[in-house]
Amino acid sequence: MPILEIQHLTHTYGVGTPFQRSAVEDVSFTVEKGEFLGVIGHTGSGKSTLIQHLNGLLKPTSGKILLDGNDIWAEPKKIRAVRFQVGLVFQYPEYQLFEETVYKDISFGPRNRGKTGEELDHAVREAARLVGLRDEHLEKSPFELSGGQKRRVALAGVLAMEPKVLVLDEPTAGLDPAGRDNLMANIREYHRHKNATILLVSHSMDEIARNVDRILVLKSAHILMSGTPAEIFARGPELLAAGLDVPQITKVAMALRDRGLPIDPAVYTVEALERQLLALKRGGAPC
Amino acid sequence: MLKDITLGQYFPGNTAAHRLDPRTKILLVVLYITALFTAGSFYAYGLMAAVLAACVRISKVGLKALVRGLKPVLFIIVFTGVLNLFFTPGEEGLLWAWGPLHITISGLRNAAFMVLRIMLLIMGTFLMTYTTSPISLTDGLERLLNGLKRFHVPVHELTMIMSIALRFIPTLIEETDKIMSAQKARGADFESGNLMEKAKALVPILVPLFISAFRRADELATAMECRCYHGGEGRTKLHVLRYERRDYVALSLGILILAGVIAMRAFGL
Repeated sequence: MPILEIQHLTHTYGVGTPFQRSAVEDVSFTVEKGEFLGVIGHTGSGKSTLIQHLNGLLKPTSGKILLDGNDIWAEPKKIRAVRFQVGLVFQYPEYQLFEETVYKDISFGPRNRGKTGEELDHAVREAARLVGLRDEHLEKSPFELSGGQKRRVALAGVLAMEPKVLVLDEPTAGLDPAGRDNLMANIREYHRHKNATILLVSHSMDEIARNVDRILVLKSAHILMSGTPAEIFARGPELLAAGLDVPQITKVAMALRDRGLPIDPAVYTVEALERQLLALKRGGAPC
Repeated sequence: MLKDITLGQYFPGNTAAHRLDPRTKILLVVLYITALFTAGSFYAYGLMAAVLAACVRISKVGLKALVRGLKPVLFIIVFTGVLNLFFTPGEEGLLWAWGPLHITISGLRNAAFMVLRIMLLIMGTFLMTYTTSPISLTDGLERLLNGLKRFHVPVHELTMIMSIALRFIPTLIEETDKIMSAQKARGADFESGNLMEKAKALVPILVPLFISAFRRADELATAMECRCYHGGEGRTKLHVLRYERRDYVALSLGILILAGVIAMRAFGL
């Protein structure tokens, strides 16, 4: 059974006003346990609206969201319980920090969940370790930290709730390249070690291509395509036509193909292209 | 939810009410308020209500939007009404009494007048903000108060503060919405609990909101300095305000109505 199942989700803003507009329309997909799913799409394609439904911050205009097979809106009063199971990290989450120390801020979520004492301490320290924060950071004020470290604290604040599904909205936006790579490495590590289910929303095709098992492409409130990175990037020209980007290395491969080299269109990593080119050079068939 | 707040919202349009010079509109509101507080009879209030109705008609602002503006002050209106109804001193024309509470004819009159006065006052001023963009409103205010500069009143600075404050209300509301969602995603609970717990639950919203407001203020100050802002001295306007024929007409009408209300009071009508 999939851990999350989205059935015909539609969300309309401003019903009954001249500004009525559907941000998400008839979107259906499933997320399997342990899966790393990427969501890409333009600004205004409905990504943010979509993910705010997954933990019940927004209520669907129509359609259902099933978590472990149960409709999350079956009992609207218990919607808070869903927020602990589907951890949502917003864009620029460092602006939500408010406590005096990093430790206290990370413990906000698990405390709301009702954790106390040793259990709480364990959850906080484990989350801090997962995002690469050292013990000496924990007693500092979050406002003394650098931008990248603040981002880690905010991420830890959600991880400490030990959610079943982690939803990340542009986690690396505004970080420098080193900070970006570090943070993504932490997230991959978390995924591997905990066999966690992750939904990653991103603008960066390269970031998505390098990390996820499956991709969902959103365009103007609908799902344009979904599949493995290889399947998606094999349709490079279509993506470009939809105004979306493809990974840089896919662009190189597409250009080489246009010049007549027999290259598989679905390359999206440097290593894969390298293997193909080497095979070609040796005169053998590309793998 | 938070976005539904309509305080001081501007409804763009191109009616005569929108085109009037903002200074005219401010002066008219002053005349209108003076007339409201001079009015002492139902005839006078009837006249004021008719004036307001005519202005609403001209401005094409829906009556619904205007009535919605009354919602936040509903409590004050009811409170004033009840207070005047039960506690107006005097025994004349006693209708009902119970302990210290008594209803008299003059009490009824007072209550009705006060409620009418507050409602007309608020709807009138709201009509001005509905038909005047914040920028032109502060612009008009600055020009009107220009004379005070001679007495070292920092008119330009005050109106600049006002326009910045107005400009940032929607931004801060949006920001609050975002922070609330983020804290809700961490399981924050704003609905349940007693008053103390509810107040405490606001800390995770207020701290980030203040920090972001300070950051924005800092960025705005830098941006203004980068564009060589140095206060009002020697600053020229893109849109120079100029009184037109319609402004003279509107002002004359306003003065006439005020004079009429004063005359009504003098003759005891």
